[in-house]
Amino acid sequence: MEILRNVSIDWIGKKWILFGISWTLVVVGVVGYIMRGGFAFGIDFTGGTLIYLKFEKTPDLDLIRRSLKSETATPPLIQRYGNPSDHTVQVRAQTGFGSGQEMGSVRKELTRLLRASFDVDHVNTTQTDFNNVGSDALGKYLLAGDPDNLKAQSKTTQEIDDYYKALAKAMIDYRDKNRQGLVPSLDDLKAVGASNAVITSMKKDCFAGPFAIQGVDNIGAVVGSDLRRRATLAVGLSFLGMLIYVAFRFKPIYGVAGVVALIHDIVITLGLFALTQKEISLTVIAALLTLVGYSMNDTIVIFDRVRENLRIMRKESLHQVLNLSINQTLSRTIMTSGMTFLSVFALYLFGGEVLHGFSFALTIGIIIGTYSSIGIASPIVEWWSRVTEQKSKR
Amino acid sequence: MQKNLRWKFILILALMAICVYFFVSPREKGAKMLSRMNLGLDLQGGIHLVLKVVTDDALNQELFQDADRISQELKAKNVAFVSCKKGNGYSVEVTGVDSVGANEARQYMESTYDRKYSIKSATLEGKTNFSLTLMGAYIRDARESTVRQALETIRRRVDALGVTEPTLQIYGESGEDVQDQIIVELPGIDDPDRVKGLIENTAQLELRLVKKDQSASYSSVDSAVEASGGKIADGYEILPYREDRGDQSRLEYLVVSKPPVITGKDLKTARKSSDSTGRPAVGFFLTAGGSKLFARATEQHVGEKLAIVLDNVVSSAPVINERIESEGIIHGQFTLQQAEDLSMLLRSGALPASLKTMHEQTVGASLGNDSIKSGIYASIIGFGLVVIGMILYYKHSGLNAVYCLLGNLIILLGFMGAVGSTLTLPGIAGVILTIGMAVDSNILIFERIREELRSGKTIRAAVDTGFGKVFWTIFDTHVTTLVSAAFLFQFGTGPIRGFAVTLVVGLVANMFTAVYVSHRLFDLMLGNRKVEALSI
Repeated sequence: MEILRNVSIDWIGKKWILFGISWTLVVVGVVGYIMRGGFAFGIDFTGGTLIYLKFEKTPDLDLIRRSLKSETATPPLIQRYGNPSDHTVQVRAQTGFGSGQEMGSVRKELTRLLRASFDVDHVNTTQTDFNNVGSDALGKYLLAGDPDNLKAQSKTTQEIDDYYKALAKAMIDYRDKNRQGLVPSLDDLKAVGASNAVITSMKKDCFAGPFAIQGVDNIGAVVGSDLRRRATLAVGLSFLGMLIYVAFRFKPIYGVAGVVALIHDIVITLGLFALTQKEISLTVIAALLTLVGYSMNDTIVIFDRVRENLRIMRKESLHQVLNLSINQTLSRTIMTSGMTFLSVFALYLFGGEVLHGFSFALTIGIIIGTYSSIGIASPIVEWWSRVTEQKSKR
Repeated sequence: MQKNLRWKFILILALMAICVYFFVSPREKGAKMLSRMNLGLDLQGGIHLVLKVVTDDALNQELFQDADRISQELKAKNVAFVSCKKGNGYSVEVTGVDSVGANEARQYMESTYDRKYSIKSATLEGKTNFSLTLMGAYIRDARESTVRQALETIRRRVDALGVTEPTLQIYGESGEDVQDQIIVELPGIDDPDRVKGLIENTAQLELRLVKKDQSASYSSVDSAVEASGGKIADGYEILPYREDRGDQSRLEYLVVSKPPVITGKDLKTARKSSDSTGRPAVGFFLTAGGSKLFARATEQHVGEKLAIVLDNVVSSAPVINERIESEGIIHGQFTLQQAEDLSMLLRSGALPASLKTMHEQTVGASLGNDSIKSGIYASIIGFGLVVIGMILYYKHSGLNAVYCLLGNLIILLGFMGAVGSTLTLPGIAGVILTIGMAVDSNILIFERIREELRSGKTIRAAVDTGFGKVFWTIFDTHVTTLVSAAFLFQFGTGPIRGFAVTLVVGLVANMFTAVYVSHRLFDLMLGNRKVEALSI
């Protein structure tokens, strides 16, 4: 199979159309930024608390909001995430939990507040919530109670210890790996081989709470602002690095053209993030830095061909050589972008919530990056050579 | 097959086998298979803490101690002075020294402290005031050693918890001249509250005497001050006292002497035990030196109360009935777990300074599991799509490219296993990305070969020229991506670094597979025979 075998599009000639497209996208991004009030930064950059909760039944988001309102300065942002059937919810609070309190007790505070709203029966209980317990504590509980009566079977203390530790671990693993962290009823633990005696004993001292805290992320605002600074620095320095390398390997103007294309790519990608208000997290910055490398690659392939062609074509103008080089490499460009696009698209569709921003940035970036090598970098090189030629003619 | 080619392939396969070994084999005898590679926190679950060591605590403590020492020395030398205490900033101020003793005072201070403080004095109307300010170099060294000490104490506590593969690292914010933050990563922990409590608890144990004539407890700070005649006597302070009587727990206050009889340094060990009513308690045992001090103090102060002070809160204040040598009990409303935890804390030693949490992240194993599932699923689909694309477009040559991709993957995984690096979710994304980007090299070569074929070259010539001409382009593209990965590595922590590493290793492996291995595969395809057409 082969496509694009004998293409001869006058890319440089069409540069105004291409510029037009670019500028439209940039404007769309800027308008989006202004209209939506800036970027939606993740808590890595703003500081605050992010909590992942799983509920047994579909939770009333308003009820969650009301339960937590008293503890946070600004109302928390509550969103469902993942599959609706998972009943998982994400809570984002701007300040640390408990005004002015140190961060240490976020989980305790949170558990207390949620229990008051969702599990009133167990508010002051001494029983342990199985869905929020650790395997160590569970193991110790089982050891103390010895529901399977191992002591009577003349096993050594070490054996009994190991047995209950393993049982506790099996139960917790089952809860976390098979049930996403929440078991609706203690009877379900039969699946790991817990004996009836164990389950009966557990029913006396434990209960299966209606919610589980899957994860907590709590960052001080100071950390956030430091990160913002470092992110900007990293992206800026990478531009510089690219500029130097390409200017060195080719001619300075090529370096400049390449970096202008890079800036174009990053600006449009960020603009789309602002427009869609997708969260900009640490991994998104990683995606942007990767994009810098990828877009430069693309530009270099064209420039490399240009350099080669210039050596053998003495009569043609730079305009023609650029066109030819682009057309010659077009097949490769489409194929490579296609393949890379397929792999990050797979990530976008199937890679899960956590990588969502990352894969979105790359998916867009690859398209824009491929385009910018043709639509931005090459015309700049041509324009510059025209301008300097005119100067030298005078 | 040509003889040369056979050897080259044997070498290539041997390299692959080594990589597979490193990836699949168990880390050490008895460990599980595939255990060389660590799973990051975002895949395994666990806790990630960034703690700032409040080094000022340690500096202030030194200043207080030095002020005390100077004050005592001056008294011993019969030098009259008005006051000697910690001043603003990092300084000790000695005021109102009599002209008679001023010189002696100056000599003493200069001979003892000239490396630590810069000493200034001013004389006004016959009285001299001394100001000792800590030197910058000393402050920096003291800060650094405090952070290192804190790291060691935390390490001991983490070890006692029995975490597999904990990460403890000193870290600094860019711009600060001392790195005063500690990163603690504990994979697999599922009780974050308890663990966090254990790590951050200062756990400073001191035994101090309760003021002899004010041994009763007061209900508030104010009433204590009042009873002392409006001002607390020199050398004493008011500490909160949580007395547990049965079910009740009241907060009261005691007037306690400032200099301790026994400090954490004199502690040999601590163990969970039980008090006279059988409730869980913590028993502590003193070192030889500590026992001597303790024996002397208890002998001299029979009938007085001894306050057992934990982190500046009195936990109990029993009456000294007789001379005690080497051990004591701390009791309170402890559960068994709490008694165990406290003895562990005392054994690990007190933290030299308090810790401030900058970042706390707990990932449940359930979240981690979801991430692993999605990561693997996306990788397989991404890989599958690329394979289909390459074979459809380049036919048999496309298959060569697929072999190269597999080679890349094997080298990448082998490297990660050999180095024991940590796989994170962004790392998995890096693998997927590497697949897409690595295939670019193959595409560049194939397109070039197609061009050369079109321009009329023989198949063999076209293949060799293709590989030759494209090499530098491949080199350039790899360098640029490596440069941006280098910045990523510099900028990021943990998971982002994992991503940068997979990207870099994948691309370096690609230089090898796309240029060398692929060329050999073509050689294999062409063999010695005259080939009519190239499947490309």
